[in-house]
Amino acid sequence: MTMEFNAIYVLWLRDTIRFVRAKSRIIGMLMMPLFFLLGLGLGLGSLVQLGSGISYFDFIVPGIIGMSLLFTSIFTGSAVLWDRQFGFLKEIMVTPNSRTSIVIGRIMGGATTAILQSILVIVIAMLIGFHVVLSAYTALAIVFMALIAATFISLGLTLGSVINDFQGFQLVTSFFTMPLFFLSDSIFPASALPVFVRNITFLNPLTYGIDGLRIALTGSGTFPVWIDLLAMAISTVIFVLIATYAFSRTDVG
Amino acid sequence: MKEIIKVSSLSKEFGTLKAVNGISFSVSEGEIFGLLGPNGAGKTTTIKMLTTLLKPTSGSAIVAGHDIKSDPNDVRKRIGIVFQDPSLDDDLTGFENLQFHAILYNIPKNRREKRISEMLRLVELEDKASVLVRNYSGGMKRRLEIGRGLVHEPKILFLDEPTIGLDPQTRRHIWDYISKLNKSTKTTIILTTHYIEEADYLCARVAFVDHGRIVALDTPKNLKDMLGGDIVSVNIEEGMERLEKVLRTVKWISSISRRGNLLELNVKEGEKRIPEIVKLADARGVNIGSINLHKPSLEDVFIHYTGKGIREEEGNWKDVMRMHRAARNR
Ligand SMILES: Nc1ncnc2c1ncn2[C@@H]1O[C@H](COP(=O)(O)OP(=O)(O)OP(=O)(O)O)[C@@H](O)[C@H]1O
Ligand SMILES: [Mg+2]
Repeated sequence: MTMEFNAIYVLWLRDTIRFVRAKSRIIGMLMMPLFFLLGLGLGLGSLVQLGSGISYFDFIVPGIIGMSLLFTSIFTGSAVLWDRQFGFLKEIMVTPNSRTSIVIGRIMGGATTAILQSILVIVIAMLIGFHVVLSAYTALAIVFMALIAATFISLGLTLGSVINDFQGFQLVTSFFTMPLFFLSDSIFPASALPVFVRNITFLNPLTYGIDGLRIALTGSGTFPVWIDLLAMAISTVIFVLIATYAFSRTDVG
Repeated sequence: MKEIIKVSSLSKEFGTLKAVNGISFSVSEGEIFGLLGPNGAGKTTTIKMLTTLLKPTSGSAIVAGHDIKSDPNDVRKRIGIVFQDPSLDDDLTGFENLQFHAILYNIPKNRREKRISEMLRLVELEDKASVLVRNYSGGMKRRLEIGRGLVHEPKILFLDEPTIGLDPQTRRHIWDYISKLNKSTKTTIILTTHYIEEADYLCARVAFVDHGRIVALDTPKNLKDMLGGDIVSVNIEEGMERLEKVLRTVKWISSISRRGNLLELNVKEGEKRIPEIVKLADARGVNIGSINLHKPSLEDVFIHYTGKGIREEEGNWKDVMRMHRAARNR
């Protein structure tokens, strides 16, 4: 048992150390959310008026955080495809540790860095005018970030385990990421969508994750917070199980 | 001597490709055993099966007393491996790479530090321990990987192309480390290579692998002796017929062939026979232009068995990726 914790701990520590050391990588990862904050948040925000009384900028910041969590998580998870062949992962796979602990360690490491990155985005957003409304729910923001990261790192791990060539890989990941991103209420309220499309967004875990973040950070959202939490918890469990299954079945190399 | 690896008709198929096609061999404890073969022969696939990274399609193997199929975890505890492709973490220091490895093998904290510094000393990287691996040279990385593979005191160390992509001088160095650690730690070593000299220099026994099969297996010396000795080529300016006639009566020449004005003689210990050949030629007034002695290498033996040389270029996406990585790591 201690053995399993060791593997989880090492994988987590490794990701965290790498994140802290690679300053250029942090800046690179912040670029996209930053462009969205400036372009959509400030640019489009000056034209858009939401009915609900909340400014568009305040509305979209949780959406942008959700988006950057989605993209980095899928990317982090799917890096196993590369790692299986060339990286450090082979070295882990040949140690006497269970595949489950390897998956969990990877998810925890990836989630930690994704959360740190999101906190940086929130800080930057606050500097350019994002209002955090402190409440009993504020601390839940970290929980939602963790659940969003865990869900989509697991999705990435699954894709990286199932797919075997680099060519098809790009296509398949964007086939997943784009709809997940647009069919959530990340950049516009889902209430603005036609009913049919809106019903699809209810199947997307990211919808609940972003809604939860919105409640935690701005105090207003679409669903009650417990629904968001429940939905994210369920999707995390399902996706982690799928990832563990897919990952345990793959061969290395 | 005690058998530490026993492989029985091991096979691996990828779709319709038989990457490894029913190979069997055993390795004794403390031995350095080599798998020598061209690109795509199935060496890495064999190593991956023996190290439990790939499941065999059929056949079985006992590694360090445990079955690779039924108790992979017990096998994993007792082996170390250096992969063909780099598997260090570039963003960590040399020390951290070994430390993480030691944790993954559950080495208690008090023994961890000691093992790590011993291994760093063995591969002479003590003074680089706190440098990020991305700043290591190719040879230093390879040495670190070898040291890492030994941190948990494995019974068997697998080395998949330990010196691939390194310059000849560094390669020599790595050979020295490998034979040093084999002697000092008594670790059994099984290595793959497509460098003839590597197999010849390091291995007690060599298996030639081609198209997923073992085509020959013996000590390098026995393999070379099989070809019937050295080749002495005599370049004759004048008097070919006369010399050939007399040489055909000489007992220690096992065969003679003529190629233009070259006479090729198959002779054991050729260097000792050259003076006699010259004497015989002088006595009959034959004019010798030059004499060339060729000692058979394992390459000649390989050609003998497979009809082709070991170095053969083949480019699939993996090789392309490897080149990119190698270029980046330089
Ligand atoms: N995961 C895989 N899927 C499909 N084919 C594979 C896979 N791994 C290896 N092969 C194929 O199996 C054959 C044997 O490959 P292997 O890597 O074992 O050769 P090798 O002897 O190690 O060669 P090299 O000198 O290039 O390392 C090759 O034709 C290779 O393309
Ligand atoms: Mg290979």
